[in-house]
Amino acid sequence: MGNKTALYDKHQEMGAKLVDFGGWDMPIHYGSQVDEHHRVRQAAGMFDVSHMTVVDVTGTDAKEYLRYLLANDVAKLQEKGKALYSGMLNEDGGVIDDLIVYLMTEPGVSGEWFRIVVNCATREKDLRWMSDSTASFDDVALTEQPDLAMIAIQGPQAISLAKQAVSPSRANLIEQLSVFQGLESEGWFIARTGYTGEDGLEIMLPEEDAADFWQKLADAGVSPCGLGARDTLRLEAGMNLYGADMDEKVSPLAANMGWTIAWEPENRNFIGREALQKQREAGVSEKLVGLVMESRGVLRAHQKVIVEGVGEGEITSGTFSPTLGCAIAMARVPAATADSAEVDIRGKQVPVRVIRPSFVRNGAKVFD
Amino acid sequence: MSNIPSELKYVASHEWIRVEGDGTVTIGVTDHAQDLLGDVVFVELPEVGSEVATGDESGVVESVKAASDVYAPLSGEVVAINEELEDSPELVNSDPYGDGWFFKLKLSDSDELNELLDAEAYNDLCESEA
Repeated sequence: MGNKTALYDKHQEMGAKLVDFGGWDMPIHYGSQVDEHHRVRQAAGMFDVSHMTVVDVTGTDAKEYLRYLLANDVAKLQEKGKALYSGMLNEDGGVIDDLIVYLMTEPGVSGEWFRIVVNCATREKDLRWMSDSTASFDDVALTEQPDLAMIAIQGPQAISLAKQAVSPSRANLIEQLSVFQGLESEGWFIARTGYTGEDGLEIMLPEEDAADFWQKLADAGVSPCGLGARDTLRLEAGMNLYGADMDEKVSPLAANMGWTIAWEPENRNFIGREALQKQREAGVSEKLVGLVMESRGVLRAHQKVIVEGVGEGEITSGTFSPTLGCAIAMARVPAATADSAEVDIRGKQVPVRVIRPSFVRNGAKVFD
Repeated sequence: MSNIPSELKYVASHEWIRVEGDGTVTIGVTDHAQDLLGDVVFVELPEVGSEVATGDESGVVESVKAASDVYAPLSGEVVAINEELEDSPELVNSDPYGDGWFFKLKLSDSDELNELLDAEAYNDLCESEA
């Protein structure tokens, strides 16, 4: 038996099919992954993401520590609650994990602190790496928050339905949140972030409040959704999945994460900077692209991608896109790849289009 | 527990067989199989008129989660395929023993029917795999 989130009984009550996910018993779907996917694109769905790891970073050196630990620069966070997506790299520039970091206080005040959310499957190595990386700082404390549940509510109706399921002051806060901002209200941390390409919220709350809130969301008309739909939604949105689209052996420059590296200011020393700079000067030989297959079939991770006259690559994540009605994938291919390729599907070479890795945003197709 | 109708026959690769009594059989995948597959998004079927032998790969079911081969549970000629599945592959999930059927075979050797599992034996097999 795996770890159980505070919502385990709710999942069973609502008919979830539970599977092991990084040591946790998590819902993969509640009947139909495709139906849940459509609910999120068209209305609102909710996901239990309590298995994810929350770490608070405090102490007078918290900010300087994170500016050293992360490839993106937390000095960009200039408003209370603002969030930043970043890779956490090793010295070779490989991606240890990807994460979200929130500035929990007003910027620049004393006592400035941050909240980080990292992946569940990478929890132990992340915590070890983060802890080891504090060595050259005098005052940094890392405090994991294992007692927080986390619920993501996503979709065009997510905000309006979530407001019906919370207290007036929390509803008021939700109304004021800007995109990519999280703030606290009556002990809950409410963020306007997500992993689906839709508007929505991610709410961290004490475990004892979770089941009641989940039920209130269901009563308001938010559909429970499993990790299956979460994966097809994030892939349509072109968002990387750690362990599939990148890992420690992959440079962020070859994982469509170049935009998350803050090269300026030049004198900021962050872990992996030197290696990345060398890679950038030498030229990166691979890139992460999107594939669209118009013929029947489904693209899958690890299928071979053949680019005539250029070379070969590999699908890192593939699926059937419920929104588009065809197969889509992310693939790592030679940098010289243009706008077409072929994928080897059980011995047959099937033509695919090569696009920027983003397929669907806010319910609609985003490529030509 | 999955639905295993007692009037059908089964094979260990999770296809069901309905003996029609006129030398033909109808074939599909079981409720247990569709449940394992999850949402079915494509079904590839053999061509009408083609000959298949027991154990041949004679189709593919693709769900969001995985691709899975469909094996011919008996030998014979394919006399019909379920064309509805092209536009509505989800019938495999919603009605695996009815509208979600795959293809019909005209048997070349009716003795092969004796090799099939009955509902009880198939149920035991599913439980032992669980």
